[in-house]
Amino acid sequence: MTLIRNNAWVISLALLLAVLLAITKAIQPGFGAPGLESLARAALPFAFATAGMAIVVIVGGIDLSVASMMAVCAVTAAVLMERMAGIPALLIVLVVGAAMGAINGALIVLTKVPDIVVTLAMLFVWEGVALLILSTPGGATADWLEAAIRGFFLFSWLPKALLIIAIVTALIWAPLRGTKLGLSIYAVGSDERAAFRSGVSVGRTRVIAYALCGLFCAFGGLSLAALTGIGEPVPGPYLLAAVAAVVLGGVVLGGGKGGLLGPVIAVFILRIIRTILTLMAVDPNVTTIVEGVIMVGVVMLGTALTMKGAQR
Amino acid sequence: MSDTPLLDATGVAKSFGAVKALTDAKLSLSEGQVVALMGANGAGKSTFVKILTGALKPTAGRVLIRGQEARVGSPAEARRSGLVPVYQEPSLIPDLSVADNLKLGDTPVAPFRAWLDELGIENLRLTDMIADLPLATLRILDLARALAAEPDVLLLDEMTAALPTNLVENVLKTVRARADAGMGVIYVSHRFTEISTLCDSATILRDGRTVGELPIEPGVEDRAVELMLGAKIDLGKRKAGAARLNTGTPRLSVQSVAAAPKLTDVSFDLYPGEVLGVVALEGQGQDELFDVLAGFAAPTAGTLAVDDRPVGFNHPADAIAEGITYVPGNRADALLSQRSVRENIALPFAARIANWGPLKRRYEKERVDYAIEKLQIDTRAQGEVQRLSGGNQQKVTIGRWIAKGVETLLLFDPTRGIDVRTKRQIYPLVRELAGQGAAILMYTSELEEIPLACDRCIVIFNGRVVDMIDAADADEQTLMRAAYGLTEAA
Repeated sequence: MTLIRNNAWVISLALLLAVLLAITKAIQPGFGAPGLESLARAALPFAFATAGMAIVVIVGGIDLSVASMMAVCAVTAAVLMERMAGIPALLIVLVVGAAMGAINGALIVLTKVPDIVVTLAMLFVWEGVALLILSTPGGATADWLEAAIRGFFLFSWLPKALLIIAIVTALIWAPLRGTKLGLSIYAVGSDERAAFRSGVSVGRTRVIAYALCGLFCAFGGLSLAALTGIGEPVPGPYLLAAVAAVVLGGVVLGGGKGGLLGPVIAVFILRIIRTILTLMAVDPNVTTIVEGVIMVGVVMLGTALTMKGAQR
Repeated sequence: MSDTPLLDATGVAKSFGAVKALTDAKLSLSEGQVVALMGANGAGKSTFVKILTGALKPTAGRVLIRGQEARVGSPAEARRSGLVPVYQEPSLIPDLSVADNLKLGDTPVAPFRAWLDELGIENLRLTDMIADLPLATLRILDLARALAAEPDVLLLDEMTAALPTNLVENVLKTVRARADAGMGVIYVSHRFTEISTLCDSATILRDGRTVGELPIEPGVEDRAVELMLGAKIDLGKRKAGAARLNTGTPRLSVQSVAAAPKLTDVSFDLYPGEVLGVVALEGQGQDELFDVLAGFAAPTAGTLAVDDRPVGFNHPADAIAEGITYVPGNRADALLSQRSVRENIALPFAARIANWGPLKRRYEKERVDYAIEKLQIDTRAQGEVQRLSGGNQQKVTIGRWIAKGVETLLLFDPTRGIDVRTKRQIYPLVRELAGQGAAILMYTSELEEIPLACDRCIVIFNGRVVDMIDAADADEQTLMRAAYGLTEAA
């Protein structure tokens, strides 16, 4: 019972996603495995940006520089893969991502400047770094990188992109969740003073959370490079999309509540709404209005339900 | 048992900038001993507790545990040195389950459960979220968690506040049994009845230093109260005239009001033209009382009446509409800190948005000029309020009502952290407002202010009114005894 209660939000999101998929199928009977595959592929960078953002929001912060960090990682990957073997290049990119995140976190902890200010400043810093590495779109990625996210795996209906999101997120987050570090991340976001008094090293926990965000951004940057085959130094629209998916995914902006599964499902919901509206030939300018309204509506509904539950 | 004390703190001092919170605190504790740590509000108790538990680093002095210099740079380190605290506010993570909280602090589950049983908490599931549990349960969970860590020294800070009687009994019994088995306990409390049943001695703090270590024996209460008071700085004199004869309709009538978690039963009448003091030790329910009267929280029981009309406040705006003005103890909540003194004083004039057209400039200016003169904040009146000293800021929060006029004023600890000279200027401001016909309810943590500013006072202890004292009889000794609930027992 408690399992259902604690995960009610995620379950509702999954149901909503199923309904939306059914609607898509109804509008366009031709929608099938290939459609699912391209949806998952397009969602890849959004999903990683969202997973990273979710972790810093859970620890009680926010990182406005996710899109810039992804750009740095994408150009680093494109430049390195032109010159050296793919696997070492990939590992270097992951280290670069985690390091950028750790720098963000360390600046917040050491300077005590609000996270929103630090990461806004770092948004510009990382953007400049990306342009220094590669001033115009260029470089090249390894062929296997693109092959890794394109097509299906094992079953004819299971897109590789979807599998990669699931595996990467699970490999990083699942082992962490139940450990003291994972609990510390929730504890710091939930009540910093109580966490401190329970013996949690608050500053270290925060830096690690930001480093994890950077690591996810590295995966996001790699998937960007894989999607385009080159490195693009100008950050894409991932910041606000990530915040939107995090909120819709049931992570409370004050911190301490939520997980990664909800936000990742929310990414797919937001993407598929866009697909449906396109299929219905809705004016693209109206599309963003509809997306915004749906987001506020769903979150308000969630709040109303929680309040009702609390009054019982 | 060895001769080395379990814990030995000497010469502990702590300054925050120019403010000396602690100057020379000491405390010594042997195995099997329960020592009460006492002190009036502002004596430095909470600073001392924070230093002992590693939440603050002292500016001077040292803390020895079993003769070894204790490394207590953080709560985690204090824990490793064998000192485990239970703080006043639960230190459990609200968004995690009980089990996850235990894991976070490396608490073994089996002993934790055993202590919970002994302390009388049943039907607790480890999967319960902390946020769903009542406050009393959380305090017991905190204690069980501390006991399960098998500390050498257990520090309990106001452990029994907000606990129902049966749980208080369990706590006292369990803690005494642990002490008899060799644990050392520091028991921070205001409650003499608990201290006399539980403790072996009492360490008294006053003005940041340890002024006495008393064995617990009959009559210790009087000696403790004496030590806590000491010789105070003279705040000036005001002849308390004959007790006011309050006739007619009370401006504000409070009947059997209760509010969670600490206020259980409070009744009083507040008349126009009087200043009614509220005397209470920290956390006796005065915060909840002012929240109810200002419309921040609804009472769980009881009734309020303004001018004999029953009223209910669902929102601060309802209280304001009934002419009730609340001045918080925290000045930052009341002022526009980046605007001038003049603007801040004129604010209540402009606060009614319904008054569109031009303000009554002339009238307003006269009133504001009058108030500024009263406030004695020389010529810097043009500058930003945030540049004024804390005392001068507080004068502005009160002085603005002299300009505007006010029906009912709630003052919550108006002189907290203010120098003596400014304090002396604040009492006449309060008296002048009463002279204009305002009904004023004033909570103060400084007992000597009661005869200076008030006509009479009520004393709140453990959530209920235990005494009503006229200003003429309100010497500090009497007030302190009443505040500690000693008159009730007598």
